[in-house]
Amino acid sequence: MNSALSKSLSGEFAVEARGLTKRYGDVVALDGLDLSVPTGTVLGLLGPNGAGKTTAISILTTLIPPNSGTAHVAGVDVVNEPQRVRSLIGLSGQYAAVDEHLTAIENLEMIGCLYGMHRREARKKANELIERFRLSDSANRPLKTFSGGMRRRIDLAGALLADPPVLFLDEPTTGLDPRSRGELWEAIRERVVLGITVILTTQYLEEADQLANEIVVIDHGRAIARGTSQELKRRIGGEHLDVHLALLTDLARVEDIIRPFANGAIRIEEQDALISIPVAKGVEALGSVMTELSAQNVEILDIGLRRPTLDDVFMELTGHKSEEEAP
Amino acid sequence: MIKMLRDALTIARRNVIRIGRVPELMVFVIIQPLMFVLLFAYVFGGSIDIPGGNYREFLIAGIFAQTVVFGATFTASGLAEDVQKGLINRFRSLPMSRSAVVAGRTASDVVYNLLSIIIMSIAGLIVGWRIRGSFLDAVVAYALLLFFSYSFSWVMACLGLVVPSPEVVNNATFIVLFPLTFIANTFVPSNSLPGVLKVFAEWNPVSTLTHAVRVRFGNLPAGTPDPTSWPLQNAMLYTLGWAVLLIVIFAPIATRLYQRTEKR
Repeated sequence: MNSALSKSLSGEFAVEARGLTKRYGDVVALDGLDLSVPTGTVLGLLGPNGAGKTTAISILTTLIPPNSGTAHVAGVDVVNEPQRVRSLIGLSGQYAAVDEHLTAIENLEMIGCLYGMHRREARKKANELIERFRLSDSANRPLKTFSGGMRRRIDLAGALLADPPVLFLDEPTTGLDPRSRGELWEAIRERVVLGITVILTTQYLEEADQLANEIVVIDHGRAIARGTSQELKRRIGGEHLDVHLALLTDLARVEDIIRPFANGAIRIEEQDALISIPVAKGVEALGSVMTELSAQNVEILDIGLRRPTLDDVFMELTGHKSEEEAP
Repeated sequence: MIKMLRDALTIARRNVIRIGRVPELMVFVIIQPLMFVLLFAYVFGGSIDIPGGNYREFLIAGIFAQTVVFGATFTASGLAEDVQKGLINRFRSLPMSRSAVVAGRTASDVVYNLLSIIIMSIAGLIVGWRIRGSFLDAVVAYALLLFFSYSFSWVMACLGLVVPSPEVVNNATFIVLFPLTFIANTFVPSNSLPGVLKVFAEWNPVSTLTHAVRVRFGNLPAGTPDPTSWPLQNAMLYTLGWAVLLIVIFAPIATRLYQRTEKR
């Protein structure tokens, strides 16, 4: 690593963005987004489809210019010196951007060469990563024979090939089964331990929870909340109690019964006859609500406690449901 | 500059690896040209008369020209596919030369076309076509075919970067390339065409390409009168002029389009 680079990396923040704005015609994709990611940490950008996550990643990785605002990656301005930024980052996208007709080795070797490595060096590095990601048996097979999880791992390996100090992962596990997801998380965690900075976008609170030091929740292209996963969860009230009613006509009555137990906004899904509330002491609340409902002769299909989801975060922070935000 | 050539070579190498792996590519690069030579030679070969000559021999240069023009469309469909699959996003996030992806693509398509021409030449020789000019003339003819196709690839690159999906490429090019390759002297002598079409055919670079190649191969029937139009009289120069013009205009446009391409 040259001295200019190590200097820029010794900065406090590996990624800094101020007031990023991006419009597509009348649609505002980003509306003054600020981000500061301390070097060596993982930032989770959490939000529903269309919230502006991918737009933010695209600007930070130099794929599109912002309409206004500034951004620095490893101290380098993404608008003025995009080519320098590109040599400092790795990007792994939502849609595994690999050539499915090339083998795992050929794909990684190509990416290595394009980072400016010599072919032999790229091949060596490719073999190392393939081994680490436990894909050695399939190294010489075209990727079209790979499962979705294997392709994502190759895609991630491509982003890691040149040991970039800053890694961008755009919804790295969307569409993967739980096992592949777990494997990918592990691969990401391994790299974080080595001191690289990661920005990842996700629709899953659990994913941000598993990987991120800090989470920024975005909606309508703006940060609406930020904090550690613990802080966010405390804010949205720990566990949730779902009551699934047998009769739609009971909704209003049950809402009144259940209100005293709610630790935040009540969410009602009419078509499913479902009422959901955040609760402080889960088991205690569950018992009390059940007693109360049976005392009032309310017929229920199901009742249960669950961990908060992204929907709950959104309900609490914005007062609207996350799906409604999708374009 | 060296970085650009290295990157373009890396991209070209990747595209060439794909030839053996993608069945549709094999069909278009190898089987379709073969089929064209055989079909035209046997279906039309017997029924079209060329005064004082052999139609099959006359025909081959036309098929070569048509094939390399259509061959340039690989550039469009290949790039459109890379955009659709998200590979362009990956390339654009890498510290590689800005023009290498398109330059590598147009270069690898020369390899595709070379393969097609070799296959067609062998098929041509089997059905009775012969190179009657000098060795050097033949080399010049082949080089002209490949260079014209290369230049046309840059036009197709621009198309590939703006179409919404690879499937659109075939439809979009079909309606332009069929008239371009048929209203020409590719399959019939241009002086047999009626009024306006004759003028179009005479100024059509596909005609001049065909004519130049035909002359170099020595495939023009004996006693053919000298062409009366300026482009055909200066077929080599006129064709080269078009090729250079296409590159000069479309290479910068393609590079600019690439830089602002996003996954669709």
